[in-house]
Amino acid sequence: FYLTPPQVNSILKANEYSFKVPEFDGKNVSSVLGFDSNQLPANAPIEDRRSAATCLQTRGMLLGVFDGHAGCACAQAVSERLFYYIAVSLLPHETLLEIENAVESGRALLPILQWHKHPNDYFSKEASKLYFNSLRTYWQELIDLNSGETTDVKEALINAFKRLDNDISLEAQVGDPNSFLNYLVLRVAFSGATACVAHVDGVDLHIANTGDSRAMLGVQEEDGSWSAVNLSYDHNAQNEHEVERVKMEHPKSEEKSLVKQDRLLGLLMPFRAFGDVKFKWSIELQKRVVESGPDQLNDNEYTKFIPPNYYTPPYLTAEPEVIHHKLRPQDKFLVLATDGLWETMHRQDVARIVGEYLTGVHHQQPIAVGGYKVTLGQMHGLLTERRARISSVFEDQNAATHLIRHAVGNNEFGTVDHERLSKMLSLPEELARMYRDDITIIVVQFNSHVIGACQNDE
Amino acid sequence: SAGMFLRLLSDVRWQAANPKWRRMTCCQRSTSSTAEPHPVSLPAQAQVVICGGGIMGTSVAYHLSKMGWKDIVLLEQGRLAAGTTRFCAGIVSTARHVSIELKMADYSNKLYQQLEQETGVNTGYTKTGSISLAQTQDRLISLKRIASSLNVMGIPCEIITPKQVAQLHPLINIHDLVGAMYVPEDALVSSANVSLALATAASRNGVQIHERTSVSHVSVQKGRVTGVETDRGQIQCQYFVNCAGQWAYELGHSGEEPVNIPLHACEHFYLLTHPLKEPLASNLPTVVDPDGRIYIRNWQGGILSGGFEKNPKPLFTEGRNQLEIQNLQEDWDHFEPLLSALLRRMPDLEALQIMQLVNCPESFTPDMRCIMGESPTVRGYFVLAGMNSAGISYGGGAGKYLAEWMVNGYPSENVWPLDLKRFGTLQSSRTFLRHRVMEVMPLMCDLKVPRWDFQTGRQLRTSPLYDRLDAQGARWMEKHGFERVKYFVPPGKDLLDLDQSKTFYKPDWFDIVGSEVKCCKEAVCVIDMSSFTKFEISSTGDQALETLQYLFSNDLDVPVGHVVHTGMLNEKGGYENDCSIARLSKRSFFMISPTDQQVHCWAWLKNRLPDDSNLTMEDVTWKYTALNLIGPRAVDVLSELSYAPMTPEHFPSLFCKEMSVGYANGIRVMSITHTGEPGFMLYIPIEYALHVYNEVMNMGQKYGIRNAGYYALRSLRIEKFFAFWGQDLDAFTTPMECGREFQVKLEKGMEFVGQEALLEQKQNGVYKRFTMFILEDHDTDTDLWPWWGEPIFRNGRYVGKTTSSAYSYSLERHVCLGFVHHFDEKTGEELVVTTDFINQGEYEIDIAGQRFQAKAKLYPFSSLFTHRRRKDEVELSSYQRE
Repeated sequence: FYLTPPQVNSILKANEYSFKVPEFDGKNVSSVLGFDSNQLPANAPIEDRRSAATCLQTRGMLLGVFDGHAGCACAQAVSERLFYYIAVSLLPHETLLEIENAVESGRALLPILQWHKHPNDYFSKEASKLYFNSLRTYWQELIDLNSGETTDVKEALINAFKRLDNDISLEAQVGDPNSFLNYLVLRVAFSGATACVAHVDGVDLHIANTGDSRAMLGVQEEDGSWSAVNLSYDHNAQNEHEVERVKMEHPKSEEKSLVKQDRLLGLLMPFRAFGDVKFKWSIELQKRVVESGPDQLNDNEYTKFIPPNYYTPPYLTAEPEVIHHKLRPQDKFLVLATDGLWETMHRQDVARIVGEYLTGVHHQQPIAVGGYKVTLGQMHGLLTERRARISSVFEDQNAATHLIRHAVGNNEFGTVDHERLSKMLSLPEELARMYRDDITIIVVQFNSHVIGACQNDE
Repeated sequence: SAGMFLRLLSDVRWQAANPKWRRMTCCQRSTSSTAEPHPVSLPAQAQVVICGGGIMGTSVAYHLSKMGWKDIVLLEQGRLAAGTTRFCAGIVSTARHVSIELKMADYSNKLYQQLEQETGVNTGYTKTGSISLAQTQDRLISLKRIASSLNVMGIPCEIITPKQVAQLHPLINIHDLVGAMYVPEDALVSSANVSLALATAASRNGVQIHERTSVSHVSVQKGRVTGVETDRGQIQCQYFVNCAGQWAYELGHSGEEPVNIPLHACEHFYLLTHPLKEPLASNLPTVVDPDGRIYIRNWQGGILSGGFEKNPKPLFTEGRNQLEIQNLQEDWDHFEPLLSALLRRMPDLEALQIMQLVNCPESFTPDMRCIMGESPTVRGYFVLAGMNSAGISYGGGAGKYLAEWMVNGYPSENVWPLDLKRFGTLQSSRTFLRHRVMEVMPLMCDLKVPRWDFQTGRQLRTSPLYDRLDAQGARWMEKHGFERVKYFVPPGKDLLDLDQSKTFYKPDWFDIVGSEVKCCKEAVCVIDMSSFTKFEISSTGDQALETLQYLFSNDLDVPVGHVVHTGMLNEKGGYENDCSIARLSKRSFFMISPTDQQVHCWAWLKNRLPDDSNLTMEDVTWKYTALNLIGPRAVDVLSELSYAPMTPEHFPSLFCKEMSVGYANGIRVMSITHTGEPGFMLYIPIEYALHVYNEVMNMGQKYGIRNAGYYALRSLRIEKFFAFWGQDLDAFTTPMECGREFQVKLEKGMEFVGQEALLEQKQNGVYKRFTMFILEDHDTDTDLWPWWGEPIFRNGRYVGKTTSSAYSYSLERHVCLGFVHHFDEKTGEELVVTTDFINQGEYEIDIAGQRFQAKAKLYPFSSLFTHRRRKDEVELSSYQRE
């Protein structure tokens, strides 16, 4: 069985999405030029989710990747809800009041987010009322709490993450009279999701990360080469600080059982996540909810199973680690991706491939000598370099697609091997997960001109 | 900018030359800008209107006025020499593959050399010489073939070693070279100034030149040019010359009577640099590196280098007309392979500073040869265009030949390879042209090996049997858009792929064609020859016979059912066409001509047939499929299929009869095979083609029938000393010169075209003689194969060139056909060639510089292969190894 290059392309491009920040008066005044995103499923259905939106009541853009486990319900819910929680956390008091008054009096609500969605990125309509009510409760509390201080982005991100996870947990405990919704909130709570979210506002880039997805900054050095800067830490057993943190939060007696085979309680890979109430609730609460829950839940071995050595919950948190970075003109792009990408590629290669792709495709304007002094040798060097780039990128219109092509198809020489790519993509569903994980990638491209100008203003 | 380039490339010296037309037409530039644009009005009439003020238009005007035609108007839509001419690289190179092109370039070079003296316009002529480099042995062979041609024409030329290359040019990296060709007389010119010099001289001779005047269309009445419409009014004229360069196609199609000029523009890039630290000498040779696809000339102390890339960019397919060529975008990424080749050839140029990359469109034609001549449909409409980026090299010669054509009725040389009439309407499709020129432009640098075929624009005209033959392993070539079989690859046998089979040596199909030839000799073969041009000429009374008797040299007043081989001669007795004519009835004739005669022969006859509605001529080429049954058993196959005796007693040679074959009726069977072998030609109405073919193949099985192709036919006809028109015969060859007196009836009781010239030749003898050469010390397996155009030496002196060659599987020797001249040893004057002169010489054929002994023959070996044996076979028996 062999896929032709067009077949391979149609698989790779099925989920690709690009967004270009609209220009105003011929100028793009945003520090973001736009982004490319894409997903390649290994699970059926895919458990990864992605989101991108522009904040309408505050400045800034939100982008995030979400890696679900034990089903996709939690990742789906987080992908729909988290940005609202963040946006609300960022809103000034007056705007919150205005919104609340509008809801109260049945007037049209100020739009909070403008979503940039691929047609396959859906919202669960049935839960929208439930989700809205939870969100409204959150902003009502924020109004009541009115601290009078300007909102700190880092704090807002942490609060939003924690609040959403808390709401997920509460909704599952309370349940819903509608049996479909009841089952849904339980599935959301019993499955889990990591989240890696970027908030870009001018030169201020915040990354809030929960779990083992990763944010990476692509930096172009003065000599034109590319390097990678990590803007998140993986929350897993490879991260000593995380292991240390988990151990600190539990009695010394549990030290040996906390992390086994590089997994939390020997079961869970990420050390932070949304949902996963099996690692957060007390045994009693878990048993009560499962027993009173619908039959589907009761019959499910996984939900009934209590992790071993489960003494002092919660073992898991959704609290993110937030990193703030001031963007510089040499910071050309940001890659947010689930661990499916990072398992197969080193960040340095990611930086190089995306960097060459972006400069090759988007900046490969025709060369004109004009009045410059250029020698034949210099021109020759420049042209050979451009040609080398073009030959590998001309198939892809999307940086994320290009990266997936490399992640799946790279041979030992670091070049895309069509045969390998074809084999990897034609694996039957049941085998695919053994060879690769779901991959979700967002590549955000920065506007160096705007960033340079902002820098000078400061 | 464009302005800068005009200044840089052409050091215009108007004031010095001070031609009077300048004052008249260009005052808007010399006086204030408010001056009215066209102070001098167009004349109401002229004998000749030339459209296009580039090198071609000015050269035609120059030569016409030199030959005494004065009433000439030259119109240029922009400014003189402002199109491709301004931007072209200005290299005058005589290193050409086609002999007529070589002659044009040689003449151009000599013309330009004295042009400054003649006109006072600085042409920038500098004799630099040129070096063509070879990176491979095959390339060196190709260069050696050109060198042989140049040498016998008296153009100095030598094959040199890489070390000698380094001595001639300090910058060339010679490490990857195997040799080179040095032509010391090649030159550089400022092409715009050459054009302006020609215009100046023409203007002094009375030619009126009007710039900023566009021709919108050409008026035609009764198939003749009557005038032109311009944006400034009308000019009545008898002759129109389309020298519109890349706009020639559009101009040709703008009139009510379209004239198809198949050319298409492609972008062409070259690089200009600032001077080197130590500026290059202005007489440094031009370097052509065909394997690197580039040329490099010195330019203002720096270099000018361009080339012919593998992936050309055709443009103006939709015919986007523009007043003057606008400065098109530079495309460095596109130029990268050529820049790499340049730096590989001259690594020291790395530090040289770029001035500009120039993009200048060039027009290309479907067969890489330029287009000249008169339209087949509109009399008085002449064309000179499609120079395939060699406009400067050809400009002088091409203008001269076209002027001769107009003044004398025909040029002084055979220009059939360049004649507009080699194309038909089938080459007028823009899609075809676009695809074809994308193949042609890279070919400029590709190796020219024998028997290469174009790959684009194929499968246009095909026989109804095409699929059947293709399924049986047919390999195809194309002639005049028609697919013809070269040979059949037997099942299970693999040939090399196309690229690898390109060779100057023994080709991979050698044994395949050998077995087809053997089958033709011993059993029977069938060759689809449907591409032949077929006309029917008939009348109500005797008009057809009378007219044909006048137009053809042989006696056509033969009994009905006879076939006559005859020449269609011009006034000088030369072959305009060589055909077979069958008398179908008292008043109708069926005429078979070579494939590429379809347009030329039609135009020739149309122009000469009396205007008589009772006399009709029809092109029936498409109506008949032609199968050639060759071989001793053809007679058995056909008689079994028709239940008619086909033996020579019942069906003598040169006989034609309509009969049934299988179930199909009305098949025209002729006892000719075009090879000298026994057999028949079957002209089959196309709807019966498949049926008859199937019947023939089924019936033929027991006689060992097989398919064969044109390569087998070629081998057969050449070993039988059969001349083919277009290959061996041309408008400058008479029947007397190729041993065909027997096809001329000087005393047929009426006058015919060419009769006088032939009578004179009969009396005074001929000045060249078609001769057959058998190569003696040539090893077919290891030596270079002859092709055509190889110089013939008699007793060590050059006497002529070959016109075709083939391996004779019967003689197991190569046979070359060619013409022997007799040049006076002291004066070089041409003398009469006698039979004794031919027979008493020792001959050698020069193949790429290597000479092979050859035996000359004036009569074929026909006796050897038929049952009737003649005396002269004894001396030949040594060739026949049992």
